[in-house]
Amino acid sequence: MPGLLNGVIIKLTFRATMGRRRALLFAIPPLILVVIAALLTATARSGSWQPEFLGDFGFSVVLPLTALIIGTSVLGAEIDDGSIVHLLATPVPRSQVVLSKFVVAAALTVAFGAIPEYVAALIAKGPASGLAVGLLLGALVASVIYNAIFVMLSVLTSRAIAAGLLYLLVWEGLLANLVPGVGLLSVSQYSLSVANSVAHNQALHAHLGLATAVIMGLIVTAAALAICTRRLSAFSIRGDAV
Amino acid sequence: MTSIELRAVTRWYGNVVAVNDITMSIGPGVTGLLGPNGAGKSTILHLIAGFLAPSRGEVTVAGERAWRNPGLFRKVGLVPERDSVYSFLTGAEFVGATARLHELADPDRAARRAIETVEMGEAQDRRISTYSKGMRQRIKVAAALVHDPEVVLLDEPFNGMDPRQRLHMMDLLHAQGEQGRVILLSSHILEEVERLSGTIQVIVGGRLAASGDFRAIRRLMTSRPHVFLVRSSDDRLLGSALIGSPAVSGVELTPRGLQVRASDYGTFARQIAALTRERGIRLRELLPADESLESVFAYLLAS
Repeated sequence: MPGLLNGVIIKLTFRATMGRRRALLFAIPPLILVVIAALLTATARSGSWQPEFLGDFGFSVVLPLTALIIGTSVLGAEIDDGSIVHLLATPVPRSQVVLSKFVVAAALTVAFGAIPEYVAALIAKGPASGLAVGLLLGALVASVIYNAIFVMLSVLTSRAIAAGLLYLLVWEGLLANLVPGVGLLSVSQYSLSVANSVAHNQALHAHLGLATAVIMGLIVTAAALAICTRRLSAFSIRGDAV
Repeated sequence: MTSIELRAVTRWYGNVVAVNDITMSIGPGVTGLLGPNGAGKSTILHLIAGFLAPSRGEVTVAGERAWRNPGLFRKVGLVPERDSVYSFLTGAEFVGATARLHELADPDRAARRAIETVEMGEAQDRRISTYSKGMRQRIKVAAALVHDPEVVLLDEPFNGMDPRQRLHMMDLLHAQGEQGRVILLSSHILEEVERLSGTIQVIVGGRLAASGDFRAIRRLMTSRPHVFLVRSSDDRLLGSALIGSPAVSGVELTPRGLQVRASDYGTFARQIAALTRERGIRLRELLPADESLESVFAYLLAS
């Protein structure tokens, strides 16, 4: 199959990811998001909490965490338990393996991360405002780019979740907001910029222009997937005891 | 003729040399990789399967480089040692998926045939998570055979199998070998390999210790001096008597007892009884001291 994607791998990955107990884990953060949005809508006195809650909490915490759990699971879990060998002991190009798993991860993150973000935004502000639609678009972008990074991390290290958390907390959470240049390499900034292009809301703290965000987002995604493919091509089983 | 070639292959991890300058050629039929645990058998299999790069030397399979060559898996089937497969799949789904990944023209038929070959037809619609270890091994073999490969690599394939399953697997592998496939399997149990393979490659400490027909290897192994630990009522007296026997090549007094090297095991066994009786020594214990496979292998390596 000369294509980019492999249907067998997509089906297997979907079943494997949803079948693991981890599937429960990535249902929890979005649930919390929607519940808190409902609570705040019912109890908050001022009307200005929405962009910060949806942006700082939903966008910058819940969505990336959901992507982290899913993204490190689609390939990482199989590398950890050794079942990846059965997949790799076939002539399937490694690029197909990476892309197929990445597509599943992005799709699941959209379902468990981006859509709940949209639902929370609808609850919070109402569908008439650009915020909900903007956030959905931004969340779609974030789902794609974060998963490219996390799938790559899962091939580079066996501690992908720890590495991903470090990246989210330090790079995305801290430096991207404080150090001007870092925003250029920040996934949350790309997605906030896309969200802002529709929502036009200062409180989203989007600092990049749309064109910059889209171009950089594409570059980061492509680079992450390319690195991942290259590393998977050199996948090694070490030691007699492994 | 398909073959596997290793030319001066070495693989190290930092200071540890896992495989040390191995050159070997493996052709059609069944070949056994024999050696104690940690000898480097799995490392060699992974090098051949393209799941490890040689630090030095060349590994080629059917004329193609093994490393970074997924296309080679059209000709190669691998049965890894690790137990993990997609356990949420049924046996049929697993082998069927493998057939599709190999882009076979009729994946379902190929899967059915492979499953029949390993006699897993009855259990094929059950989830792999419900399988015993022996059944998992068999389904892994089915997946490795589904695309009719020229080369089949098996890492400790008899692990976890009961004697009946082992015999059946041996018959299966033997038949595959007779069909002209190159079958390479690793084991640390001589009897398994002996029964099955014409050629044995003995790997000890990362090196090729011996290579050849299993009968020749067996002879090498049994002709080595045997070491026994003897405890008696007078070890020193017994030692001085034993050293006079031509069946004994060495005697040593140790805190644990008398260590005796017997070059002729049969004669020694007969003579020790007579000697102890003659000299009024009471024999308390007679134990072979080097029956471990490791010591046998070490002897092979040294010779």
